[in-house]
This record gives sequence, C-alpha cells and structure tokens, in this order.
Amino acid sequence: MKLLLTCLALLASPVPGQTLTRADLIKALGSSWPTYNGDYSGRRFSALDQINGSNVHTLSLAWVTRFTADYGGVQIKSTPLVVNGILYFTSPNSVWAADARTGRQIWHYQYPRNTGSTIGNRGVGMYGDWLFFESPDSQLISLDAKTGKERWKVQIADPKLDYTSTVAPVIVGNHVLVGIGGDHLDNPGFLESNDPETGALQWKWFTTPRKGEPGIETWPSEQAAAHGTGQTWIPGTYDPELNLYYIGTGNPNPVLAGQGRKGDNLYTCSIVALNPDTGKMVWYYQVNPHDTHDWDAVQTPLLIDGEIDGRPRKLLAQASRNGYFFVLDRTNGSHILTRPYIDTVNWSKGLNAKGQPVPDPAKEPTTDGVLVSPAEGGGTNWPAPSFSPDTGMFYVGTTSGYALYYITDDDDYPVGWGGRDIAVGSDGSSLIAIDYKTGKVVWRHEWPGGGGPSHILTTAGKLLFTHNQNYLIAFDPANGKILWHAGLTAAPTAGLITYLLDGKQYLLVAAGDSLYTFTVNSPK
Amino acid sequence: MSTNKPVALLVAVAVYALAQPPARPGEKGRIVASRTAIEDSKEDPAAVDRGGKLFAAQCGRCHGNSAKGLESGPNLIYSLLVLRDEKGALIAPVLRSGRPDQGMPKPDLTETQISDIVAWLHAQTYAADHRTTYEWLDVVTGDPKKGEAYFNTTGKCAGCHSVTGDLAGVGKKLDPFTLQTRWVNPASAPGALSERAAVRVTVTLPSGQTFSGRLERISDFDVALRDPSGEYRSFSRDGAVPKVETSDPLKAHKELLREYKDADIHNVTAYLVTLK
Repeated sequence: MKLLLTCLALLASPVPGQTLTRADLIKALGSSWPTYNGDYSGRRFSALDQINGSNVHTLSLAWVTRFTADYGGVQIKSTPLVVNGILYFTSPNSVWAADARTGRQIWHYQYPRNTGSTIGNRGVGMYGDWLFFESPDSQLISLDAKTGKERWKVQIADPKLDYTSTVAPVIVGNHVLVGIGGDHLDNPGFLESNDPETGALQWKWFTTPRKGEPGIETWPSEQAAAHGTGQTWIPGTYDPELNLYYIGTGNPNPVLAGQGRKGDNLYTCSIVALNPDTGKMVWYYQVNPHDTHDWDAVQTPLLIDGEIDGRPRKLLAQASRNGYFFVLDRTNGSHILTRPYIDTVNWSKGLNAKGQPVPDPAKEPTTDGVLVSPAEGGGTNWPAPSFSPDTGMFYVGTTSGYALYYITDDDDYPVGWGGRDIAVGSDGSSLIAIDYKTGKVVWRHEWPGGGGPSHILTTAGKLLFTHNQNYLIAFDPANGKILWHAGLTAAPTAGLITYLLDGKQYLLVAAGDSLYTFTVNSPK
Repeated sequence: MSTNKPVALLVAVAVYALAQPPARPGEKGRIVASRTAIEDSKEDPAAVDRGGKLFAAQCGRCHGNSAKGLESGPNLIYSLLVLRDEKGALIAPVLRSGRPDQGMPKPDLTETQISDIVAWLHAQTYAADHRTTYEWLDVVTGDPKKGEAYFNTTGKCAGCHSVTGDLAGVGKKLDPFTLQTRWVNPASAPGALSERAAVRVTVTLPSGQTFSGRLERISDFDVALRDPSGEYRSFSRDGAVPKVETSDPLKAHKELLREYKDADIHNVTAYLVTLK
C-alpha cells in the first residue's frame, strides 16, 4: 500500500527533468512541447483539441506568474519548452524552470553580467536531463534540468566580434545544433554542432564558402565571402526520414552597401539542407540573391507533408522576410512556387527560371535614398508562423512597410552596415492565411491599429491563436473569424504554446516578464 | 573543448588570415567614424583627429587610410587584436616594434603618437560597429525644376500645401536629409501627432449617438478618442458595433508611397531645399 501511495504520489507531482528521449523529439506534437517549434516540423500545430471552437468562449485564466532576475528587466522572448510538467524558458542571462500546473518557479539560473547583446533569447534546447542555452556573450551552456546547475560551457564565438547570441539550440540525435546572430561587424556566419555530453565541437558549417569551395564564384574575393556573414539566428527544422536539418541563413554583409560584394553572395539569404551528422550541405535554395536590404531568410523553413498536382510531396515552405512565399521540394530543394504575400513589394524585376526574385539594381540603396517595400524589418520577421494540416493553410503575420534605404559608406570596400534605412510609413499589418498549393492569400485579417507580425499557433481544436497589441486572440483558421480574446497587461513577446497536464489542456503565452496560461472551465 | 582558449586562438588566426584583402584600387579611403561615433566611443576627439592623420601618413600605405586593409596589410577594423585592445595594451607593442617577421617594419612613433593612433583605431572600429552613428551623404541630387513641376502636377502636393504658407522657409529650417524624411512621411516628425496630422474618428452607437475626436487607440476590441473638449472616451468593439469611421489626414501621403518614382522623391527634395 505504501509503495502504491508512493507511486501515486510520483504520478501526481511533476518529476523535474525526466529524461527526454530521441523518440519524444521525433513524434508529432501532443501533450508536451519539447523543442523550439514544439516538434521538428516547424508547423506549430498541436494535436490537442480539448480547447476547441465550441468551447473557446469559456477559455479563462488558469495562472499568471511574473518572473524576476537578479539584475536587469525581464523580457521573455523564448518559446517555453514543456517536458513532464515542467516549463523551461529564458530571457537573456536567465533560464527558469517552473511548474506548468501553477507557474511556481522551481529554479532560476542567473548568468553573470556581461557586455553581450540582450536583444532577446529564443529559449533552451533539451535532451535527456539537460538543457542547452546561449549566453549573450556567446557561450553555449548546458544545465542540469533538475537543478539548474551548470554542467559545462564552451565559447562558440569571440564576444569582441559583437555576435548576437540569442538562438534556441535544437537537438537532433546526439547533436546540439547551435546558430548565431549579429551583423554589425561583418562576422563570419555559421551553424555548429556540439556534443551534448561534453560540449565538444562536432562540426562547424560556415554559411559562406571559403577558398576553392563551390559558391566562392558568387563573391568578388575570398575576403568578401569570409566576411559576408549570413547568420543563423532562428532555429531550423528537421525531417527524421531524410535526416536533413533545414535552416534559413541571414543577410550578407556589409548589410546595405553591396558594392564590395557583387554577385549572388551564396549561401546568404538561403534555405539550406544539412546532414546533421556531418554538417555537409546537401542542397540549397537562395530566396534572395545579393540582398541589400537586411532581409535575412532565417524565417522558419516549415515542413509540410502535402500534395501538389494530386501527388503526395515532402514540401518545405517559407514566408520570407523579403515579402515572398516559397514552396520547395524538401528532398532535393527543387522549386515549386514563389508568390509575394504582401502587395507592396517593389524591389524585384520578376522571377527567374528557378523562381528566385531578381533584384532590381535601381532599388539597391543609394546615397540619396531609394523607396523600397518591405521596410528593413521585412514582410515578416522572427515571430513564428504556423501550418494547419486541417485547413491546408500557412499562417503568418505580415507588415507592408516602406523605407528609404541609403548608402552612407560609398567606399569600394565598405564595412559594417555601410548604410542606413528610415521607415517612412506602412500599408498596415495583418494576419494572413496562404494556400500552400497556390501561394494565394485565402484570407487576411488587418489589424486596425497596426502592430507588426505576431506569433501563431494552430490546433486540432480548429483554432488559431495569435496576438495583437495587448490582446491574446483566437481565430477560426478556416475563415479568419475572431472567436475569443483576452486582454493582458503587456503585449505577447514569444511563441504561443499549448500542452496537456492531468487531462487539462493549457494555452500559454509569454508577455514581457510574465507567463499567462488559459484553460476551459468545462471541457466536456 | 572544455576551455575556450584553443578556439579563441584559432579564431584569431583565422580572422587574421581572412583579413588579407586583395588589391583595392579606387579605395576612397573614407574615414568611417563620424563625430557622433567619436563622441560615443569615449575617445578623445583631438587624439582621434591626430591619430587619423598619423595613421594615414605612417600606416595608410599598407593598411589603407581607413584601416580597411590593402594588398600589403590586413584590415584592422576586423582585427581581433584591435577589438580586444584596451588603452593600447595590445596595439602599442606592435606599434613600438613592428612585426618584422610578418613584414611590418618598426614605425617611427612617440608614445603620444602611439596612443593617438590607438584612439583613432578604437573610434574606427566603434564606428563600423554602430550604424546609428553613420552620417548621411549628399541627398540633394535631384532637379528642383522637375521637383516643382511634380509638386504642382503629378504629386498634387499644392492641393494641401503652399510653398509660401506651411512650407515657407522649410529649406532653411531643416537639413536636406531630415527634410526628405519628413515630407515623404510627415508622421516621422517630432510631435507629428499634432492636431493637423492626427487621425480623426467618429463612433456611432446603436442608439444613433455619435462621438467624434482625435483617435487615441484602436484595436479589434476597443477604440478610444479625445473629443474637442479634451474629454477621453473609450468604447468596446464587437465586430461592426459600434460603427467606427476613421479619417487620416496623411492618407494622400500614404497612397503616394505606391506611386513615387525615386527620381520624384529626389526632385521634390531638391525643390523644397530651395525654399529658404
């Protein structure tokens, strides 16, 4: 009896840091949320349906908890993970574990003060009983998920080079896949793989070619390629059957002044497929040749098992920062469709035979300014898109902005950004639903007061959750009708998640320094 | 890889190796650091000025006057030795002795001159790294006559604006860059939400009662306004109830964003600059 009671007690209370296995990471998204996008597909579509279209009007607050750090304010821009009833989330210099039932803090890991950028941190990766986290000054740190104690840390880049280390690591097999950001000082861009046990470097893939490598011909010199940047600041996606890791790469450097890097500048602004065991690139597709507007292509390369012309296909879709929606065959990178998803795009002369937008040289920044849409922030940005297999629609938050783009460094060999941009107005911000088979916008909800791209979650409960201003909002994903909303004390700042605990489905949103969860009062 | 030292060393070597540029004919030798950058970098502006001249005279032949490197000397803006340096601790020894093994002769510099060059190098790297310190180049490239024609015809600017009224002397009040930004997007001006530019809203309740004023905020779920008496009023929204109608005085400006050719923008700026 005593043993039985102990077993029951174990069942009833969360056991911190229960091992997360490879199988847990491969299965479709259900009761937990074990990796940045929930599962490897990047769809942010949950099979949970307890909260659904018929009861969403009863969705109400379960708990809200505010988190503090030992120094500095807290902005939670990480998509929290939920594993075995424990939430793991971050802000720059902090990692927390909290009880997913109550919001009670279990531990807080405080990284020491440093001079790294605190623009945001997208969260932790988890494998086994271990968490993986990037510090602002470019250390990769592993924590024990049970205690929050440091296991090891390794330097992934020199902090003096002013990288922006914000990326949530993604774990594939025994590889901790680590990206990096920062385009201030023409730093080499890379993705690397580290050993989860020791942190030892397994491989490092530079996003631009070196001497003698394919693609070097798209740069004027080895130096231009080596300092051509192309950062990897948003986690990628993974197809376990093909064993391919997909990641979008960042913009080339110098950012706005392209005169010192004539050519397509491979493999910046590209979607690439890498073998996670070797770090070798298997294919690439460049969505934005010779970018001069800071439109990185890091937006989630979302995996869709779909149908094109009646044939089942393994697809990859991206709503890219440059204003175009792309669908590729993810087995080999072959192009399927390209279509602008905002109607203000004015920088391209059209599509070439491969479906790539051809940059209009007249829209490259100049000393006296050129008017270009999208603005530097892009048609969309880092907030997470979503795909619902129920509707066959790809959902993304958009902004139709304009900017004047200037060259401030007209040297033949500029450095850094080499220019500046000034936003000069917008045609508004929207939530849109795209038919992945045609690229056409099926419905569009324009935010009356603007607000920029939002994070999106869809569920088998035939719901789409997103946010605008301080509101958390549920839509009918089929038609864009608003079904429910709740006001928060701050605007949401990170990806929305959902999980199931003790038979109860929770919707969770981070807004500033707090986490909010919602449940339905009468699930039946 | 429990320690970072091997990595750091490798990176240092790699960056140094990468920093060997090809020949750079035509380099304008633009000095990167603006006054703002020098101030923000906390270096002594006088030392930076002296250091820049010394660098050009003593080091520019190999490293380029802007320290971006030439065939004979590496880019120092990307140099980890420069980036890691504090008050010359790393740079000064190189400037005192040169690097004969790597082909860098010993420069002939006093300690004061060395610290001036250090100050200038720090200002340069700070400037490259901080884009908000970059200064605009010449934005007045258009044809004022064509700008005037656009103002009065295609752009229909004269329908709302007068060069002897609201725009009188605008070319004297604003520098050309600010002027261009403001006229393309008047909402970018400080205090832009002045009465003249503010969005107006009328809210009509189901009863037929209406409230009008300056829009304070709007979302799918609420709308707020300030009426002419200064009273703040807010309303919940549920779909089409209450009826909400807005009018934006800057609508014409926003619509023109789809129409402008870049030459129109440059020509109008060139014209407005003449309104002294």
